[in-house]
Amino acid sequence: MSLRSCWLAIGTAMLLSLVMATSASAAATAPPPESGQAPQGLDALLRQLADTDDYSVKQDLIRGIATANSAQDRVVLQALLEGRLYKRDSDGTVLVADVADAPFAMASAVSGAALGRSDGDGVTLIGVNNQLRRQLRALLAQFDLASGDSAVRLAAVNEMLRAPDAASTAALRAQLAKEKDAAVRASIQSGLAVAALDSDDAAQRLAAVRELKGSLNTEVYNRLTSLLDSETDLGVKKAAIDALRGIDRWRTFYSGIQTLMFGLSLGSVLVLAAIGLAITFGVMGVINMAHGELMMLGAYATYVVQLLMPNHIGASILVAIPVAFLVSGLMGVLIERGIVRFLYGRPLETLLATFGVSLILQQAVRDIFTANNRPVETPDWLAGSLQINDVLSITYNRLYIVLFTLAVFALLLMVLKRTRLGLEVRAVSQNRAMAKAMGIRTEWVDAMTFGLGSGIAGVAGVALSQLTNVGPNLGQSYIVDSFMVVVFGGVGNLWGTQLGGTALGVINKVLEPFAGAVLAKILVLVFLILFIQRRPRGLFPQKGRAAEG
Amino acid sequence: MRMTGNGAAGLIRRDRGGSALLAVLGLMVVLAPILNLVVPESSALHLSGYTVTLLGKYMCYAILAIAVDLVWGYCGILSLGHAAFFTLGGYAIGMYLMREIGTRGVYGDPVLPDFMVFLNWKELPWFWHGFNHFGYALLMMLVAPGVLALVFGWLAFRSRVTGVYLSIITQALTYALLLAFFRNDMGFGGNNGFTDFKDVLGFDLDAASTRMVLFVLTALVLGGSYLLCRFIVTSRAGRVVAAVRDAENRARFIGYKVENYKLWIFVFSAMLAGLAGALYVPQVGIINPSEFQPANSIEVVIWVAIGGRGTLYGAVIGALLVNYAKTYFTGALPSAWLYALGALFVLVTLFLPRGIVGLVNQVRHRAAA
Repeated sequence: MSLRSCWLAIGTAMLLSLVMATSASAAATAPPPESGQAPQGLDALLRQLADTDDYSVKQDLIRGIATANSAQDRVVLQALLEGRLYKRDSDGTVLVADVADAPFAMASAVSGAALGRSDGDGVTLIGVNNQLRRQLRALLAQFDLASGDSAVRLAAVNEMLRAPDAASTAALRAQLAKEKDAAVRASIQSGLAVAALDSDDAAQRLAAVRELKGSLNTEVYNRLTSLLDSETDLGVKKAAIDALRGIDRWRTFYSGIQTLMFGLSLGSVLVLAAIGLAITFGVMGVINMAHGELMMLGAYATYVVQLLMPNHIGASILVAIPVAFLVSGLMGVLIERGIVRFLYGRPLETLLATFGVSLILQQAVRDIFTANNRPVETPDWLAGSLQINDVLSITYNRLYIVLFTLAVFALLLMVLKRTRLGLEVRAVSQNRAMAKAMGIRTEWVDAMTFGLGSGIAGVAGVALSQLTNVGPNLGQSYIVDSFMVVVFGGVGNLWGTQLGGTALGVINKVLEPFAGAVLAKILVLVFLILFIQRRPRGLFPQKGRAAEG
Repeated sequence: MRMTGNGAAGLIRRDRGGSALLAVLGLMVVLAPILNLVVPESSALHLSGYTVTLLGKYMCYAILAIAVDLVWGYCGILSLGHAAFFTLGGYAIGMYLMREIGTRGVYGDPVLPDFMVFLNWKELPWFWHGFNHFGYALLMMLVAPGVLALVFGWLAFRSRVTGVYLSIITQALTYALLLAFFRNDMGFGGNNGFTDFKDVLGFDLDAASTRMVLFVLTALVLGGSYLLCRFIVTSRAGRVVAAVRDAENRARFIGYKVENYKLWIFVFSAMLAGLAGALYVPQVGIINPSEFQPANSIEVVIWVAIGGRGTLYGAVIGALLVNYAKTYFTGALPSAWLYALGALFVLVTLFLPRGIVGLVNQVRHRAAA
């Protein structure tokens, strides 16, 4: 900018401010609209609002607009709050802007009729300050209180309770009389009680404290805590301490449930990761170090399925489950036929060979999909959380993972106990030679069992794709954990794996608040190492001759 | 004992592989200093400082491989956590080297290493005391892995945790240590570990002469470890250890205290691994928790398997070959290395159960027949 144009700009600005000052004083001298006055037309109120710079005048005008009984009241107030209300400089018409994309779509504030688009030239924003914003929020909440949707009413009640005043308490009391929804009722009641905490009458405060006793609202908790400092009446103070103690007990209880839920979901992840291993390691006695990589394949299968059906993300997860089972299962059969079958009876060698397979699979994935994590989308029905009360909410993905694990477990148990394959698998694992003598094709059973365990790993990978990063290292981070779960539960025992995994998850999450996430994990590992010393065959050891191995 | 009186010569009289190994090591100890320090850089025969460090590193791995072969090849204990002992030894010497930095650190604190100043610590944690003395660090690099192995082994062998179960919990052990050392509160520098060492016993670590001394020292320790392990496995106790490997219950019923034999061989092996780690750190100039990764320990096992399990010198051959291949591949064909290593794991276990040494013996027998 040149020096000259700079001076010009300053001059214009000074001139403008002079004009504005005069118009402001003119507005100040104009008689403010008195309360009780017959409601003016929305148009007139808006024009006054656009012309004045005096915030106390604006306050009165806003109150006027709120009672103007126009269909546009709420729209205008909302726009004002959000800084979308403009005055057209040419004729003083007040406009509501839609700021979703520039140039803004303008609509008449009075009628709502569309008035073209504007890029901000020739219009002036109608300003608000913090005090006005507060007033606007309260007014909007009062509007919403009349809404037919109970969720909107609840939100409105909570908004009004952030700074209750005489007007809002009156509105809430009126609403309470006709409110049908239990949640909204409870919220209003506790809100009114919170407002009553400010009462000058000790008896009223006492009643309010008693009313708030069972509430779990954070706001209520804070107000009661601050009441302790300011309260002079001993009876009220004592009641407040009592109430807080009661609330604390409930909060501890619910946070305990929350921890339990975290533990269950972590435990389910562990079980899911370990249950395939429980088949290959537990039933067949094969150490499959590539198990983690089979999970990784399942997670990548989910990613590929999503790439193939980008418009049906919700269904993609369901499609991915069988796909992942097949991909990982086939890879498992391949590993069994190609490598593991030559090494039966030599578990340590199997361990090394399958570790080699895991390295190859990792590098293959790195070459195909690059070393970066792949984004796997979460479908809508898995997102969000179930809000049970103010302190307890459970995310849906945690809930689903628990249910999913139980389903996989039940299915696997069915396959092993109720199908011909399951019968043969059990026969081979108990006495290979005898099973063979009875005409069971043990080789085929071996391949199928390994494939089944690997397929389950793939299914676990689908679940993991929703919980962690899908990258080449996904498998490695679970392999130690899943082996520990199988050994902890007792090799060859699916129930042991289920119980062991769940228990480890819960122990881990219970320790976390005291020890921190990493230390909790270390403690669990140390606990496991010590546990295996006491019971080398796990929680539920296999009985009989099979124990000698 | 059969070998008494004959000394080292007696130990390796019938051991052609071991003799060859010791001869090569002896040759390296004599030639490397001359080729590196005396022969001018322009000469084709000059040994670069880079190569010296690389060879030194390989030899540290070779010592580790011998330690693993001792427990796996001779006692049947497949430890998937030996890198943990190696790393602990490395951390012990690393602590000494950190204290040696003194006021030359970024923050110039005479006592506290940089990372502690950075974490706003006011005084040295108790377990750091004494590490300003080289002798103490020397002791700790044997004691720390030794005590860990003693406690762990005592618990595990006493309750007869064997086979794959033992392998899995050794893996859990190194995994737990990995997580623990990643924590800043542990007082071991968190995930950065220790680096930026200046000197050892007053000698500049970057100087060619210091590096050469470390190289020669490593070669001597490798030779010494080989002889010591050879002594152990050919002794009476070594035969009992082999019996435990082949038929644990039978050895127990004959009346041997199987647990004790296993425990002492395990502890000795852990200390040897710690020594290897302690030689490794000053040469590579860094130690951090990623050395604890379970995959590292498994890799050591494959060195031993490739070379030939239960021969000791096979472990050395395996360590040198695999690590040379690793250096070559990661330089020339980075993405091919994991395929190659993975294929090695599979092929060696399937087709070379006795490793390279076994293959050579087989070929020789066939030729003789």
